[in-house]
Amino acid sequence: MKMTAKEYGRRVRHAGPSSALGRDCLWAFCTGGSICLLGELLRRRFLAAGLEAELAGTLTSCSLILLSAVLTTLGWYQKLAARAGAGTLVPITGFANAVVSAAIEFKTEGRVSGTGAKMFLLAGPVIVYGTFAAVVYGVVLWAMQAAGLPLPS
Amino acid sequence: MNIIRCGDTLLFRTPPVIAAKAAVGGKKEGEGPLAAAFDELGNDNRFGQSGWEAAEKYLQLRAARLCLQKAQLPEEKVDLALAGDLQAQCTASGYAMRELGVPFAGQFGACSTMAQALGLGAALCAGGGVRNLLAMASSHFCAAERQFRTPLSYGAVRTPTAQWTATAAGCCLLRPEGKGVSVTAATFGRVQDYQIRDINNMGAAMAPAAAATLLRYFADTHSQPQEFDCIYTGDLGQVGSRMLKELLAAEGLLVKNHLDCGCLLFDPETQQVKSGGSGAGCCAAVLCGHILPRLERGSHRRVLFVATGALMSQTTFLQKETIPAVAHLVELGPIRKEES
Repeated sequence: MKMTAKEYGRRVRHAGPSSALGRDCLWAFCTGGSICLLGELLRRRFLAAGLEAELAGTLTSCSLILLSAVLTTLGWYQKLAARAGAGTLVPITGFANAVVSAAIEFKTEGRVSGTGAKMFLLAGPVIVYGTFAAVVYGVVLWAMQAAGLPLPS
Repeated sequence: MNIIRCGDTLLFRTPPVIAAKAAVGGKKEGEGPLAAAFDELGNDNRFGQSGWEAAEKYLQLRAARLCLQKAQLPEEKVDLALAGDLQAQCTASGYAMRELGVPFAGQFGACSTMAQALGLGAALCAGGGVRNLLAMASSHFCAAERQFRTPLSYGAVRTPTAQWTATAAGCCLLRPEGKGVSVTAATFGRVQDYQIRDINNMGAAMAPAAAATLLRYFADTHSQPQEFDCIYTGDLGQVGSRMLKELLAAEGLLVKNHLDCGCLLFDPETQQVKSGGSGAGCCAAVLCGHILPRLERGSHRRVLFVATGALMSQTTFLQKETIPAVAHLVELGPIRKEES
């Protein structure tokens, strides 16, 4: 054919409707921020109920995970995410959605090789690189301590 | 000889006919503009089965049985079934054929499977190898999503160029002669790769394959696009359709009679399918439910059906390979009225 792959690639970039990046980012900021705001409200309630700060924080995370898991099971989280965009992906609720959705999806392949093996299909990389980041952080802290530098509190 | 080879195109002197056809679809397909074209529609995409894969098997089985029922042909009279789907190892077809119990040769051409099966089936009929042949293809949105993308309840957002895999199956009964829409020619495409890597823009990856096959067919048969009532592609979607027009325009061909099965099956305004429908079952169902009835009624006399398939896998995509594509073409019409 007369059109080269290079020319074709250039035209494809102009042909497809592209995502409105600025608007999508702003919307993700609002929706993701709303989830975080909900978390903060929950944390204040826990604090007001007389819980210690650390326990209130943990309970907040647990509540959001539970909420996301329930919504995923009911099939509502996906509907919310279709409107909310990346705002539902980034907070802890997105992580819970990734684990629960995979667990439900692969139920048909059995509890061990289905749900068990595929549960962390999407969330696995977050755990792997999250752990790796923690190791790097630890090494940096140790090096700073060894060099006699002041440590962050 | 009943088959004449001109370049890449097979011409059938006594064209085989599509004696009967059936289309079965899912819930979303039943909410679209072609709802009335289906012989059967499901309210629930599980179709009473235990999983999505079994649901797709059911779709194929229903399409085959409805098609045979319309032709009043018992299953044991089927000489061969050419069937394919998108599941790994073509299991929807394999398991459907386990129940149908007819001779079976599995097909894989991704979304081009229906044209591949029709072309091969027509050649077998024209060559005198079979008397009753089933050509069929299916796809299931949920089975495809979990295999190629993410779990269904995962909150992923689709890009504007992405396409929606149809939950549908189409089945045609081919015969060497008799009453039905004739299959007058078939062109098997050559694989094209225009360096597209975006798995969410299959239309753009497949448009060069459709253009290449069409150009070969026009050159082989010395025909022009305007000689046809319509040129149907499946399934380029809106983006791929636009790219096809640009590719053909660069060759000096202005095509005004082009429609895409992926754009016909769903309403892009209300059904949130982004660039349009896709999947092996999309063009198979549009062919059986929409295109063939038009040829039977006589509102179309001669059409081209060009189904395109993207030939990558999840593995090659993750290995950063570009997406190769193929398009197969069959020329359909006019209707033959004589009884065999």
